[in-house]
Amino acid sequence: MNPVNAVLRRELRSYFVTPVAYVFLVIFLVLAGILTFYAGDFYERGQADLQPFFMMHPWLYLILVPAITMRMWAEEAKGGTLELLLTLPLTLWQAMLGKFLAAWLFIGLALVLTFPIWITVNYLGSPDNGVILAGYLGSWLMAGSFIAIGACLSALTRSQVVAFILTALVCVLLILVGQPQVLDFFSGTLPRRLINAVAHLSMLRHFEAIARGVLDIRDLLYFLLGMIGWLLAGVLLLDLKRTR
Amino acid sequence: MIETDQLTRCYGNLTAVDALSIRVEPGQVLGLLGPNGAGKSTAMRMIAGFLVPTSGTARVCGHDVSREPLKAKRALGYLPEGAPSYGEMTVREFLQFIVRMRGFKPDAGYRRFEAVVQQLQLEEVLGLCIDTLSKGLRRRVGLAQAILHDPPVLMLDEPTDGLDPNQKHAVRQLIDVMARERTILISTHLLEEVHALCNRVVIIARGKLLADATPAELEARSRYHGAVSFSAPGSGMSQEMLGRLPQVASIEVDPLDGRITVFPKPGERILEPVETLLREQGLEVSEIQLERGRLDEVFRQITTGTGSVGRVEEGHA
Repeated sequence: MNPVNAVLRRELRSYFVTPVAYVFLVIFLVLAGILTFYAGDFYERGQADLQPFFMMHPWLYLILVPAITMRMWAEEAKGGTLELLLTLPLTLWQAMLGKFLAAWLFIGLALVLTFPIWITVNYLGSPDNGVILAGYLGSWLMAGSFIAIGACLSALTRSQVVAFILTALVCVLLILVGQPQVLDFFSGTLPRRLINAVAHLSMLRHFEAIARGVLDIRDLLYFLLGMIGWLLAGVLLLDLKRTR
Repeated sequence: MIETDQLTRCYGNLTAVDALSIRVEPGQVLGLLGPNGAGKSTAMRMIAGFLVPTSGTARVCGHDVSREPLKAKRALGYLPEGAPSYGEMTVREFLQFIVRMRGFKPDAGYRRFEAVVQQLQLEEVLGLCIDTLSKGLRRRVGLAQAILHDPPVLMLDEPTDGLDPNQKHAVRQLIDVMARERTILISTHLLEEVHALCNRVVIIARGKLLADATPAELEARSRYHGAVSFSAPGSGMSQEMLGRLPQVASIEVDPLDGRITVFPKPGERILEPVETLLREQGLEVSEIQLERGRLDEVFRQITTGTGSVGRVEEGHA
């Protein structure tokens, strides 16, 4: 696991050497705050919980996670460092895992830095901190899924812009696919069982289940398997590139 | 040791490397020579395990790069074309990243780090961002990365490309020192480099191996091999006399500087007879030179199939 650690540390350091990390953290924290208080009716609801805060996360990740992941492989392919990295003694899996974990830990840090809002809600009332913790876990798992998608699609192309757009597109599909409006639209044409199956693919549905404080093994598996699947696809893509 | 067996790589319809079989032994410095686009880098990328061969195999120290990629990569130090490195890192961070990737224990890794920094004279730039370094320095950082784990096999893709003469000299000295007991494969299109570094040359063009010889053997294929050239003002008469020497095949006069080159008949030595004749004629010869042969001419001949005709032996494979 030494090479994974080396890649992870290099990636994390590169976030903080370039402005990426600071820009991300500032925008994430400011937007999370603004959206929670203004768009999420944090006060007007009159409830001491962080539901409005967590419900903004999918939309924040939709923009910010692709911005983190787009450079992951595309930049290395374009700059020629991919050749350097892949001729060092590590497997593709180790390289992918190192990069993924770096991004995931980074988002974890961003989530930890939202602690003032948790303090605020505890000051204003007495929320169920177990539910809040579950919300953080769900949010972090969802971020991990977005990152895995971005890691895979960044391996597809040398262009960071293409990687960004493809990632955002796939993520928005996975958010929207379970929404009632979308399901209603297809209810006339598609068989009911298929629509139910598609609804289960919805990231939002699983996230909301966890964020309500219900830790169902199926929701956890959904995110974990999704991450593994996308990362595996990314590794296969990288391997395919070597033969093309 | 590096061995390739019928190594082939196709990009669509283009065959970049065509059934290349070479074997480089410890102690050899093999120069892979060829025009741009000949397949040098593609061949090296396959040996380094970055590209998968369309067919054929490559082995580094006996490890098949497809079947035992990690073992092969551990035995290999590789400088990719253009010496890519992470521009946003400082030289120190970058080399420490390589130390960790190579799986060194902390103190052993630190000793190796110190050693290569000293070897490549990077002490003064350790704290600088790689992006801000000159081309020559970047190349040296790339070399440091390649030799950091003291590998038995070293593969360098155009190691002196873009360096000034002093830097080239330093890099060549380094390779010279490393050459003992190591297997070294370098690619280049600089012919001077072959003289300075290699004890064996492989010429490829359009992916095919066209020649495999020592630099001296290649020079012997040049029509200039064994020719004698000199500058002597007002030597019109002596040209005729030279032409009558039994060992001389032809004479050429450079239209620009009037330098006279005398070509021998096959297998003849003409330095002595030419010198004797010039002395007898009482000609002032400022300087006289026995040509070893011109690699650039041989290179052109072999890679394009044209070039000047002369004593050309068949290019053997």
